[in-house]
Amino acid sequence: MTQVRTASGRRGPGYWLYLVPGAALFVAVILVPFAMNIGISLTDWDGVGRPQWTGFGQYRELFGDGLFWSSFRHSLVLVLAMAVIPTILGLILAYALFDVIGKRFGPRTASVLRAAFYLPQVLPVAVAGIVWSWLLTDDGAVNAVLRKVGLASLAHDWLGEEKWALATVAGVLVWIQLGFPLVVFMSGLQRVDPALYEAAEIDGAGWWGRLWHVTIPQIRPEIAVVLLWTTIAALKVFPPIYVLTKGGPGDATNVPSYFSFQNFFDKTDVGYGAAIATVLTLLILALAAVFLRLQGRQQEEV
Amino acid sequence: MALLQTVTAAPPQPPPVRRSRRRRDPGRWIVLAFLGILAVGILLPLAVVVFNALKPAQEYANSSPIALPHHLDLTNLREFWTRVDYGRKLWNSVLISGSVAVIAVLLSLFNAYALGIGKVRGRLALLVAFIGANILPQEVLVYPLYYLAKKLDLYDTRLSVIIIFSVIQTAFGTYLLAAVFAQFPRELLEAARLDGAGTWRTLWRVVVPISRPTLAVLMVFFFVWTWNEFFIPLIFLLSNDNQTVSVALGVLQGQRLMDATMSSASAVLGMIPTIVFFLIFQRTLSRGITMGAIK
Repeated sequence: MTQVRTASGRRGPGYWLYLVPGAALFVAVILVPFAMNIGISLTDWDGVGRPQWTGFGQYRELFGDGLFWSSFRHSLVLVLAMAVIPTILGLILAYALFDVIGKRFGPRTASVLRAAFYLPQVLPVAVAGIVWSWLLTDDGAVNAVLRKVGLASLAHDWLGEEKWALATVAGVLVWIQLGFPLVVFMSGLQRVDPALYEAAEIDGAGWWGRLWHVTIPQIRPEIAVVLLWTTIAALKVFPPIYVLTKGGPGDATNVPSYFSFQNFFDKTDVGYGAAIATVLTLLILALAAVFLRLQGRQQEEV
Repeated sequence: MALLQTVTAAPPQPPPVRRSRRRRDPGRWIVLAFLGILAVGILLPLAVVVFNALKPAQEYANSSPIALPHHLDLTNLREFWTRVDYGRKLWNSVLISGSVAVIAVLLSLFNAYALGIGKVRGRLALLVAFIGANILPQEVLVYPLYYLAKKLDLYDTRLSVIIIFSVIQTAFGTYLLAAVFAQFPRELLEAARLDGAGTWRTLWRVVVPISRPTLAVLMVFFFVWTWNEFFIPLIFLLSNDNQTVSVALGVLQGQRLMDATMSSASAVLGMIPTIVFFLIFQRTLSRGITMGAIK
């Protein structure tokens, strides 16, 4: 049977058949729910009764809602914590591991250190959340250390005080996230031509000079992808917020994804939750599109 | 390689090389010390939690959380294990992550075969759709999925989570494998065709054996990612009997019902499987992460 079919046309419908199971599931699990979510966002619905059509009413309400805007401001802080800081630190650490540790102490030392930096990244976020909640409570280990070294005045209820909660969450996210750029950059460094470093060294470039003039331009594709990927992850972040603070105290650490979750399942204001999720999605898709556009243009130039 | 570099660099310009090496020699120890301290600093929070989980409850109550334990004692761990029926949670996680890994690799393989090797028409649009699905926040799918699952009597079943994540992981797998398959040696496909093999036989006898390493990396990845998933399992796995490790720990933490010893015990039990995967898959994982980044 199959032989006859391929003989008649190997680019024919034969290959289409392989897409059927994947495409059917894709439609059922991604496309239909996505469209339904947009539909729901145009209604007022508590999840049980009949949805009431409101057009763009939910969106109008959203743009006037201070909580919505503050949740996005918190997102910006988390972009700093999950994308910007880990990328910068990751670059420096990756280059130090590659150039100094890998070359002077052998690749095994470098890979042991890399594993240590990378471990928090593979732990389930729930576990990381439990660890840090436990360390950061009022009578937890962090405060115990501060009191021991005579800095008792610096001890806080880190996750429980409005003033400190967001910064504390950001710090935990740096800890979780650092390993990702590090690992990506270290593998990117493998393909940089050693002759470039030699040339830079002969030109009298120091360590930072080589990092700036050779490493960064050479692994620019990796840096770009890591920044995009981690920025999107920061905009979507949910589990650390759920586990560490539940958006509190007050709404000091509320973020768009948690805000939509609250509307879906706590306040059963489903239409509003759907509108938040839709805005967040549009923002992320726009960001990705702009980025891919820029990247495409850059590749054309080169 | 590093050796070769110094050898080739040395003869033409001895002075700057010697100078830079002399400058770097004490420096490298400083760098090593700094990175070593940083690595210890990153692991320290985990170590402190492990120590405390191993302290007998009474010792914990009478000492500071940063004191080392005098006696090691597994009572806390054992108590937590039976109290939350941890064996059951582990089994749920293994079942869900294992099923997703296998199903998603199969679906990705079929999709990518059609897109990367079959070059079916409209493949660019399909690939864009798969990438889009990959970066969507799950919040935008969750309520309709929740609603549909209730209608279909799939709510609070492990099957619902298996189906959803099989599709979500396939979106990534398709994109990646299609790129890999686009480079697949055409001669091999041609040879198989001349031998009279149809597309089905070519897939299993030629394409799969040659791409086995990539498929293995993908499978490991899907397994670990699904293991760590939190948001959708949190909403879909309501009853205790269906919860995964991640969800059970997250919910317990979220309810603030655990005392300090119990929390630390739960964190340790949550870490153990990950550390096991990590040791087994360290190389595969870092290779895989990089592979993901090429997209």
